This record gives sequence, C-alpha cells and structure tokens, in this order.
Amino acid sequence: MTSTANPALRARRLVLHLVCIVVGAVIVVPVWFGVLGGFKDNGQLSVNPLGLPDPWVPSNYTDILTSEVFWRQLGNSVLIAVTGTFIMVAAAAMAAFVFARFAFRGRELLFTLFGVGLMFPFAVAILPLFVLLRSMELLDNPLGVILPQAAFGLPITVIILRQFFRTIPGEVEEAAILDGCSAFGFFWRILLPMARPALATVSVLALVTSWNNFMLPLVVFTDQSWWTLPVGVQAFQGQYSDDTARVLAYVVLSMVPALGFYAVAERQLISGLSGSVKG
Amino acid sequence: MTRPSTVPETRRGGPATDPPGPGTARRRGARPRPGRRRVLAIFLTPALVLFLLLVIAPIVVASYASLYKWNGFNLPQNFVGLDNYTRAFGDPTFRGDLWHGLVLIVLSLTVQLPVALGLAMLLNQPLRGRSIYRLIFFAPYVLSEVTTAVLFNLVFSPNRGLGDSIARWLGSDAGTIFADPDTVLFAVFMIVSWKYFGLYMMLFLAARQSIPKELNEAATTDGAGPWQAFRHVTLPLLGPTIRISVFLSVIGTIQLFDMVWVLTGGGPIHASETMAVTMFQYGFRRFEVGYASAISIIMFLLSFVFALIYQRVVLRRDTEGAITNQGDNR
Repeated sequence: MTSTANPALRARRLVLHLVCIVVGAVIVVPVWFGVLGGFKDNGQLSVNPLGLPDPWVPSNYTDILTSEVFWRQLGNSVLIAVTGTFIMVAAAAMAAFVFARFAFRGRELLFTLFGVGLMFPFAVAILPLFVLLRSMELLDNPLGVILPQAAFGLPITVIILRQFFRTIPGEVEEAAILDGCSAFGFFWRILLPMARPALATVSVLALVTSWNNFMLPLVVFTDQSWWTLPVGVQAFQGQYSDDTARVLAYVVLSMVPALGFYAVAERQLISGLSGSVKG
Repeated sequence: MTRPSTVPETRRGGPATDPPGPGTARRRGARPRPGRRRVLAIFLTPALVLFLLLVIAPIVVASYASLYKWNGFNLPQNFVGLDNYTRAFGDPTFRGDLWHGLVLIVLSLTVQLPVALGLAMLLNQPLRGRSIYRLIFFAPYVLSEVTTAVLFNLVFSPNRGLGDSIARWLGSDAGTIFADPDTVLFAVFMIVSWKYFGLYMMLFLAARQSIPKELNEAATTDGAGPWQAFRHVTLPLLGPTIRISVFLSVIGTIQLFDMVWVLTGGGPIHASETMAVTMFQYGFRRFEVGYASAISIIMFLLSFVFALIYQRVVLRRDTEGAITNQGDNR
C-alpha cells in the first residue's frame, strides 16, 4: 500500500484512529480516574470526579507508602510469586526433558494425565486442598500457596517446554554424549541454556498468574501478616468502604508493580501467549 | 502446542509424531543404559509428586466428599449418595448460576470475541502509533481480577464515582448498575471484557501476522474487495485461533470467581452469582463441604465434557491437519 495523499485513504485512517482512541479511552479513563482520585479528598470526588485535583492531596498516597502493611503485602506477593515460579519451572523443565527425549513405558499415559490437568481449575480443588493443607499444617504458611500454585501451573508449562525441547536436534545430544556428557550434564549445561527464551516465556506467564491469584491466598492466610496484594486490596476496600479516595490510592499503588512488570516483560509475555495457543 | 490438542496428539503419540531423537534411537538400539531408570526417577519425581498430591488427589477427594454430608472436619461419615447433586439441580440459586454462565458465555462469543477480532484487524493496518494502542489495549490483562474489580466498584460508586456523574450527565441513573438485578450481570460482563478483550485481540493479531502477505495480495489481484479477502482468506486461516479462543473463553467463564466475588459477591439477590461463588459460599462460609464439593465436581464435569465434545467435533480438523502436514513433510 503506497502512502499517497489520497483523501479517501486519509479519511479512512482518521476513522481508524478515532476507533482506537475511543477504545483506548475506555481502557485509560477508569485508571486515570483512580490515579487522580487518589490525589483528591472525598469532597472533591463527589463534586468533580474526573477533573484535576484542586488542591492536590498527596496524603492518601503518602500514608500508604509510609505504612508497613502495603510494603509487607508487596513483599509477600513477590516472595510467593518468585519462589512458586522457580519451583514450578524447575520441576516442569525436568519433567519436560524426560517427556521430550526419553522413551519409556507409560510416558504417553503420564503426559496425557498432565494434559487433563489443564481442565482442573483451582475452584474445583480448593475445598479438599484446604483440608489437605490444614492437615499438613501449611495454613498461614507461604508454602501453602506456593506449592499448590506451582502444581497447578505444571501442566501448561510441561506441555510448552516439552514442545520446545523436542525442537533441539538429536545431534546436539549425541555430540554431547560422545564428549562424555551425562544426562544431567546435557540437561544442565546444554538444554537449559538453549531453552532460555522458552524458559523466560513460561516464567513470565507463571509470575503473572501467581501474582494475580486470589482464591488460594484468601483461604490459606487467615493471619493478615501473610496477605498478598490482591487479598490486601480487597480487605482494604472493605475496611475503608467510606473513604473512596483512600481506596483508589491503594488500588493504584497495587497496580504499579504489575504495570511496571508489563512494561519490562511485554514482549516475552505476548510471544508466550501467542506461542502457547498457536502451537 | 495447543491446550486441548494435547490429548489426541499424545494418544496417537509414539514414533509417528516423534522427531527422530535420542529417545527413539535408544528404543531401537541396544538395552537401556544402566542408570537410565535413576535418571527418569530423579527428573520426574518433583513434578509428579506436586501434581499428584496437590492437583489429582484433591479432585479425587472432592468427588468422594461430594457423596457425603460433611462439614469439612474429621472424616466424612454421613453418606448421602447423589443427594448433593440432586439438591444442586433443585436449588434455584444453582440453576441461576447455570443460567448466568450461559448468558455470559453467549455475550462473550457474540460481543467480546468479535470486537477483539475487529480490533486485531484494525491494528494490523499500517496505522501510526498502533504499537502504543496495542500496548494499552493489552495492559488490563496483567492487572489482577481483584484490582480491576475494586477499581470498578469505585468507578461506579454512588455519588463519588465516575460512572455516576457520566450517567447524570447523560440523564440516566446508570450509577446503580451493580445494585439492579436486571443490569448487574451485564455490568460484570462489561468489566470482564474490559480486562480480557486485549488478550484475545493479541492472539488474533499474532495469528493474523503469521498469514503470508502473498495470500491476501493474490486475492486482491483476483479482484476481491477488502471484505471478500477477509471473509474468504483471512477468516478461514484464523480458524484455529478463533476456535481456541472460543474454548478458552467458555472454560474461563465456567470458572469465573474473583471478579464476581469482589464486584458484587454474587448479589443483589444472587443475580450475578456464578457456580464458583456458590461453591465458595457453601464451602467456606456455611461449611457444607459435601454440597460445595458436589458443585465443584459439576463445574469440573461441565468443563470436561465441553472440552471433550469441542475437541472431538470442532478442534479435530485442526489437529488432524497438523498431523497430516507432518506426514507430508517426511
């Protein structure tokens, strides 16, 4: 398509831009309302929900940023997401290696079992999981969230990684073995480094899923000091239900890490999603 | 690897789909090297233990518990057979859940996915700043359902919310969409769409960009208009992605919890309640764990049966195509 100054073409472009801007506004305006609302007091919010704050009231944000609670929830979320992702990717990579490059009896059966695991949502397992974690004394213990989350992330990760491991030519492995590499050595020194892009993709997906998980931490942590950000945000809303401006500030601050992560890992995230669906 | 295609692909599995790797070489060759068993055990154990203990076992326990009247403490003793299931289907709340699920699924398929597809086609055009649009449209996907729900609770909060003042400006009272049983489900749908349409848009866009340019150029040379080219070239080639998106959307809707729990708690008067919310209410608020387990199992069976039928009827040609192509390459 040549970019002539054709008026019909320009009009068409204008319409396309207009559609994009309207959709973009629907996305951005609620968030913008939140960001500005956090700088208002409730009186300003009822008189003037969308305009600029007058005067600017930074106390909602500063109160939260100087409170220990917010940072602890942020820390808990980071701890749980990072540890869970690490455990999950490590276990999945090991299993995917075996599924991709070894032939053994029952391999397809086991792999199908993982495939069926895709159909199990948290909601189905949450009650017995709760009972199980209670009997293992893992309630109010971060492992009570980390381990089930890792387990539920395994199926999709094993499937993606196995697919990727299969694309690495057999000659590479043969050469490694001729050079005296053991299976462990090949996995650790050759396969994992070669699979770095795939590992990054599944890690980013797992981090986002874990970060956003709500149901599991909600039931596992009765002790507030373990709450993660989603649980904390919901509780904060309940606690300050009359103080809209303050809750807005809390929501906005809890969005910052996720959006910051998105800004950094956007490419990885998108390639992962399209890759996992397209196959 | 597509999610649902794994099942038949692996079932057919074996040498036909295996790339000639060391695995097959070994199978054909001499006896397994000593220590191979040990390698298998070491590599498989962590994943298997996690998966069997924390995914499979709970599902088995849930199906067992669903046959008992049980409060979740001690061991279930009061066997009631399928009573929990018949109770669910006789319960107006649960029947409402099924209806809400159906409404949400229909809305997603008729509104959300087509809009996402349209925007993907739009952003495929040479348009200045389209990467910024893309970035913005997808951004809500990384926000948790909880933060999204709390934000929109405040956007639509009476008197101080944005929705309220826009509604007043338009001369209606849309500020109360969450309080009105007639509108609450649509409000939930709107907010779910706000969060997820970007995901589907990205999937469609990725698929669109993998279609070779020559195909559309050839269609245009043969005299096809833009609409005809889309209808007869692009759309069929997007088929696999569309079918997967429909699948993800349906399964996701069956399991909807966080958003509803935080936005409305299922209210007013159960008008926005979903199966997962009812399950949670009974399981963790009223401690009727047996009944709640039955609801979980119904959720699972609905997802599973849908997946199975969809797999057989709709996705079949995608996977068959994939396998035939592989055969052709040999």
